[in-house]
Amino acid sequence: MALSREQLAQRVAQELQDGFYVNLGIGIPTLVANYIPEGMQVMLQSENGLLGMGEFPTEETIDADLINAGKQTVTAVDGASFFSSAESFAMIRGGHVDLTVLGAFEVDEQGSIASWMIPGKLIKGMGGAMDLVAGADNIIVTMMHADKKGNSKLLPKCELPLTGFGCIKRVLTDLAFMEIKDGAFHLLERAPGVSVEEIVEKTAGKLVVPEHVPEMTF
Amino acid sequence: MAGLNKVVASYDEALAGLTNDMTVMVGGFGLCGIPEGLIAQMVKTGVTGLTAISNNAGVDDFGLGLLLKSRQIDTMIASYVGENATFEQQMLSGELNVILTPQGTLAEKIRAGGAGIPAFFTATGYGTPVAEGKETREIDGRHYVLEPALTADFALVRAWKADTMGNLVFRKTAANFNPMMATAGKVTVVEAEHIVEPGELDPDHIHTPGIYVDRVIQGKFEKRIEQRTVKSTTDKA
Repeated sequence: MALSREQLAQRVAQELQDGFYVNLGIGIPTLVANYIPEGMQVMLQSENGLLGMGEFPTEETIDADLINAGKQTVTAVDGASFFSSAESFAMIRGGHVDLTVLGAFEVDEQGSIASWMIPGKLIKGMGGAMDLVAGADNIIVTMMHADKKGNSKLLPKCELPLTGFGCIKRVLTDLAFMEIKDGAFHLLERAPGVSVEEIVEKTAGKLVVPEHVPEMTF
Repeated sequence: MAGLNKVVASYDEALAGLTNDMTVMVGGFGLCGIPEGLIAQMVKTGVTGLTAISNNAGVDDFGLGLLLKSRQIDTMIASYVGENATFEQQMLSGELNVILTPQGTLAEKIRAGGAGIPAFFTATGYGTPVAEGKETREIDGRHYVLEPALTADFALVRAWKADTMGNLVFRKTAANFNPMMATAGKVTVVEAEHIVEPGELDPDHIHTPGIYVDRVIQGKFEKRIEQRTVKSTTDKA
């Protein structure tokens, strides 16, 4: 079975480490916050100027001056700090964030990523995504392995305008967890019940498959 | 106005000197931290041909969206346009010239502009459409793009507290682009939630020193919330 949105978030959460500062993108990455292991201390960075993002507020504590990068009202945890957008991107560009999780339309075997524009169809803007992929060393991209028609989103070369060039090293899709190195996707794990054959079939870019591909565990 | 007292009494005074074809920076992230009254005043003045620099363009009927609707903006420099249908439509039709800029690069361009740095190298956007036509350089094995600084004729800023000399304190994530923009305007106008006397703000806690600020006006804010999310919906985030 392909992973659900919740399972994608759960699998990413397994990569968290105690003491990490983490930036979670909009969509599935946001859900990772729900699966931070008990007893682990992780600080969430929101690029609009908050380090130490907490859960959503109650009706009583809602504050128009306190939102996340998705413009949702949030809270701040004890030990949080607020700062300007310039300071926020100094953290990001300067490589101070330990883990960045974001979505994508396409990723290719060179580690390039496209996530901000579909010419003629959709122009949302890149927001902070270009800065995040350029500044972070430890990035996990969460995305669908293929579109609804079965066309692969893991390509030899991205077809859409790029967000970043050669900067992605790890990709988690609904079918597989992969590392990108030496110009190829390397299959690390497969979703429970998903065959290596299906992953091979739905990966257009070069894919290196080891002898044994373990199933993800949750 | 006398000496270092920068408080003005009316929005007319606050935006005096704003004319057609000027460049205006407007603080805020989404609808959070926007100078609401100053935006309304820009609409009222009817100035056109503006170049607006702001992270977003508000929504269709609030924030900078109001100036798009009235077609007073020619060029928009922003990082994200997602929440505004008018923006997307004017951009696709070619009516509006849009320079999409990565958020961190935008913040730093403004910071640099205010700090007298004409341009800087950043890895952000290298190998993407953002770098097209720009100078690039390899430094220690990594590729960088030269990004010029940004300044503006007017910077419109929202602060939580201002003293009459223009020292500013921002609140929570309403700071966002406001502190940098305050430094990068030829005329910086601050719309504050509270105006206090000099000495009432602890000098250790001032985010923006008054030297950057030219005018201060007492604002009245609706503080509209773009996405009202509360605890019961946490699992649907």
